[in-house]
Amino acid sequence: MSPDLVKTIFGRLTWDAIPLHEPILIGTFAMVALGGITVLAALTYFKVWGYLWREWLTSVDHKKIGVMYIILAIIMLLRGFADALMMRAQQAIAFGDAAGYLPPHHYDQVFTAHGVIMIFFVAMPLITGLMNLVVPLQIGARDVAFPFLNNFSFWMTVGGAITVMLSLFVGEFARTGWLAYPPLSGLAYSPDVGVDYYIWSLQIAGVGTTLSGINLIVTIVKMRAPGMSLMKMPVFTWTSLCSNVLIVASFPILTAVLALLSSDRYLGTNFFTNDFGGNPMMYVNLIWIWGHPEVYILVLPAFGVFSEVVSTFCSKRLFGYSSMVYATVVITILSYIVWLHHFFTMGSGASVNSFFGITTMIISIPTGAKIFNWLFTMYRGRIRFEVPMMWTVGFMVTFVIGGMTGVLLAVPPADFVLHNSLFLIAHFHNVIIGGVVFGMFAGIVYWFPKAFGFKLDPFWGKLSFWFWQIGFFFAFMPLYVLGLMGVTRRVSHFEDHSLQIWFVISAFGAVLILFGIISFVMQMVVGFMKREQYADKTGDPWGGRTLEWSTSSPPPAYNFAFTPVIHEIDAWHDMKQRGYVRPTTGFIPIHMPKNTGAGVVLAGISVVVGFAMIWQIWWLAVISFVALVASAIIHTFNFKRDYYIPAEEVVRVEDARTEALRSLA
Amino acid sequence: MAHAQALTEADKDRFYLTEDHHPENGTLLGFWIYLMSDCLIFAVLFACYAVLGRNYAAGPSGADLFDLPIVAVNTALLLFSSITYGFAMISAQAKKVKPTLAWLAVTGLLGLGFLSLELYEFNHLIHEGAGPQRSAFLSSFFVLVGTHGLHVTFGCIWLVTLMVQVAKRGLGVEMKRRLMCLSMFWHFLDVIWIGVFSFVYLLGVLK
Amino acid sequence: MSAASHDAHEAHDDHGHGHEDGGAHGTLKDYVIGFVLAVILTAIPFWLVMADVLPSHQMTALAVMGLAVIQVLVHMIYFLHMNSRSEGGWTMLALVFTLVVVVITLSGSLWVMHNLDTHMMAPMPHDMREVP
Repeated sequence: MSPDLVKTIFGRLTWDAIPLHEPILIGTFAMVALGGITVLAALTYFKVWGYLWREWLTSVDHKKIGVMYIILAIIMLLRGFADALMMRAQQAIAFGDAAGYLPPHHYDQVFTAHGVIMIFFVAMPLITGLMNLVVPLQIGARDVAFPFLNNFSFWMTVGGAITVMLSLFVGEFARTGWLAYPPLSGLAYSPDVGVDYYIWSLQIAGVGTTLSGINLIVTIVKMRAPGMSLMKMPVFTWTSLCSNVLIVASFPILTAVLALLSSDRYLGTNFFTNDFGGNPMMYVNLIWIWGHPEVYILVLPAFGVFSEVVSTFCSKRLFGYSSMVYATVVITILSYIVWLHHFFTMGSGASVNSFFGITTMIISIPTGAKIFNWLFTMYRGRIRFEVPMMWTVGFMVTFVIGGMTGVLLAVPPADFVLHNSLFLIAHFHNVIIGGVVFGMFAGIVYWFPKAFGFKLDPFWGKLSFWFWQIGFFFAFMPLYVLGLMGVTRRVSHFEDHSLQIWFVISAFGAVLILFGIISFVMQMVVGFMKREQYADKTGDPWGGRTLEWSTSSPPPAYNFAFTPVIHEIDAWHDMKQRGYVRPTTGFIPIHMPKNTGAGVVLAGISVVVGFAMIWQIWWLAVISFVALVASAIIHTFNFKRDYYIPAEEVVRVEDARTEALRSLA
Repeated sequence: MAHAQALTEADKDRFYLTEDHHPENGTLLGFWIYLMSDCLIFAVLFACYAVLGRNYAAGPSGADLFDLPIVAVNTALLLFSSITYGFAMISAQAKKVKPTLAWLAVTGLLGLGFLSLELYEFNHLIHEGAGPQRSAFLSSFFVLVGTHGLHVTFGCIWLVTLMVQVAKRGLGVEMKRRLMCLSMFWHFLDVIWIGVFSFVYLLGVLK
Repeated sequence: MSAASHDAHEAHDDHGHGHEDGGAHGTLKDYVIGFVLAVILTAIPFWLVMADVLPSHQMTALAVMGLAVIQVLVHMIYFLHMNSRSEGGWTMLALVFTLVVVVITLSGSLWVMHNLDTHMMAPMPHDMREVP
């Protein structure tokens, strides 16, 4: 075939794109391929494909979608953490004559992929998954407002994750850092596919994120049970609402900025180039208008989890409920006027820097108020140190340290010394691990029995907590020290041997965290094996206070046989206090949405569009894009999207529960 | 809102509703929130134009390039399409299928007219050597106006889809809700266009 | 199964009719008023610019922007039927929040970038005309 024809058919894709010369990647690929084949073979052998497709992949049930989000996040956590271990190992050995095992070309991809995966494909799916699982239950709804859209959003997130993973074995990932600043990410300095993988994976996942944000806002606004006024909503629902407002009002900015960057790369426009009037700093400015709210998108739901956990495990109403709500709302708004603190050193003047320095310090006030609320809730409470509560206490200690180093960085002159150093790396891991990761883990352990009907193994849970907590301090405190000594981030090789000890300590901490992750998975494995022993037949294993604990564990598809009526904050606690008796008769048919495979199809085609655009296979891009629009239109012709669960079915499910409860008594 | 969450007297002592309960439909609110997010995409494009719009890189400026009569015609087309869509909605409320379809068709044709004029303008500019690659000003101009054009294109595709569905299914509650969503989308694009013609074209010609 | 589900759907359709109709429908009068106002508010700025009516460009620019804001309001009220009651005020709340973010994005970017250009002595527009 002529080279032109090959290029027309395959675009930029050649055999060179497969990294056969990189033993690490080939090893990884072999492992992933073997593991994948094993899983697929097992699924085929046990004939569960039909079950998976009908009950999970095409499901519009918010609980199942929530669980799938969390599974995606845990899988991607393993990938992202593997990247982290590789970096820690490289930096611990690459001194002087020792070059380490990762060439810079590869190292740069590793730190970029680590950041992108951890934020977009671990933290985001964790919070979205938890919100999906819990919010409809907490507000007494049967599903989210747009069930199909929920399934579609999930698959778009998966599509983005698949695109990132593809870059491991076909071509390469960006070498630009997780925000891909131009001009480095522009065509002139990154002509290969790395940045395109970055752009398209984030754009595909971004569609899902934005739509699920809209979905959850409307769910919370429209579908609360009768009587649940805004100020009677559980705090987790409140923080979810604010987090989703931030998603909807900031992800479009990311979408637009990335679209402009791709326009620079594909069409040759001059937004962020160095010549023809372009201005790379405009990219930095715009992306942080998204980037800062993103920080609060992640941490607000975690704050919600801590609020629920603290009040449950102290058996007290949350101290200062309304101040908690106001603090959340204030953070939501303030998060839009602090973005410049990410680039104090860009060269703007004192007026700009001091404005953003001051707003940054102000935003720590409502956050501090929240810490005090949790402490006052614990004060004179009957604290039960179960695993979720341990994560919460660990969070308070860790997060406060991270918050204080954050306020340090908010001082522009200090930032001129510390910016781009390992001090910054230590700071944001301190708040993201201490805040978001601990929060999501607390949430997973707390709500796991609700989702699956049995508790996780507490021994492995506690082990996981201690490994994470101690490992965190070993891994990141040395980075504070190194940062203060002036060591910059994203460096794969050092000359000064006196620094090595700190990196070795840090690598040791990373290994401890590895044990933490293994223990975290083990608590699920052991919990599953001992599921009879840990079974939760009551539906309320922790003495919970909010509505999700009023239904069975796991909840029936319709969540609540009858829509609850709310009179108080902590509705379930109120019901228990006032002698609520579970209804056992009078069940009626329940109106529910139908499963659909449209989400899988649309997201699958989107990945093809992305792949074709990355490799510039134009014919495939055009065809798949037309197919995408056509499938979306065909889907709109499907008007049969709902059905009734017959009353007999409801009676059967509820009678089984009655029986189970009776056997307990 | 007669608060969906407000309790009636009868509910005071109840823990749950024994009757069938349907929350309010959220489609229109959800679509409105989507429009708000779209609005932010345009905000970014406007911000880029505001910051980069005078970086001509020794190339042509708006005053050299813009042809206001074409813009005026385009504005008129879009404005007319807004009111014809309004007429379609009024017919839809009255459950009159044929007038609804007719007004939708007129709206679609006006939209297509707008798009062809815009493509003509773009084509003309590129032939004059004032393509999007020429300067940051032209990049931000083409991408801002082009994104609006893309939205109108999708609006037209959507409009045809809805016309087919109205023809097949008549004007039930669900179809009316879909028409309402497109109506909001269409009027929203008109609002964005006000920004475009004022901020980009008219102010661009001034200096 | 399919027949049953079809019935379910129809039942839902009817049900929806009861309390959901968006509430926000324009009358013919609304649309006509909106249209006439929009035409006037479009014609004036075009006339101001094309016929160069006002003494200074700055005044023209201000007038154009002011009229644009008014026209946006006209569209919001007469075409998009915005009011503080629809959807329990949530649409208005969403709009206000979005406008705040839009204003922050626009004015913030302009301020930050202008401040940066000044301090970094970036070539200003009038230089840019000469330097490629």
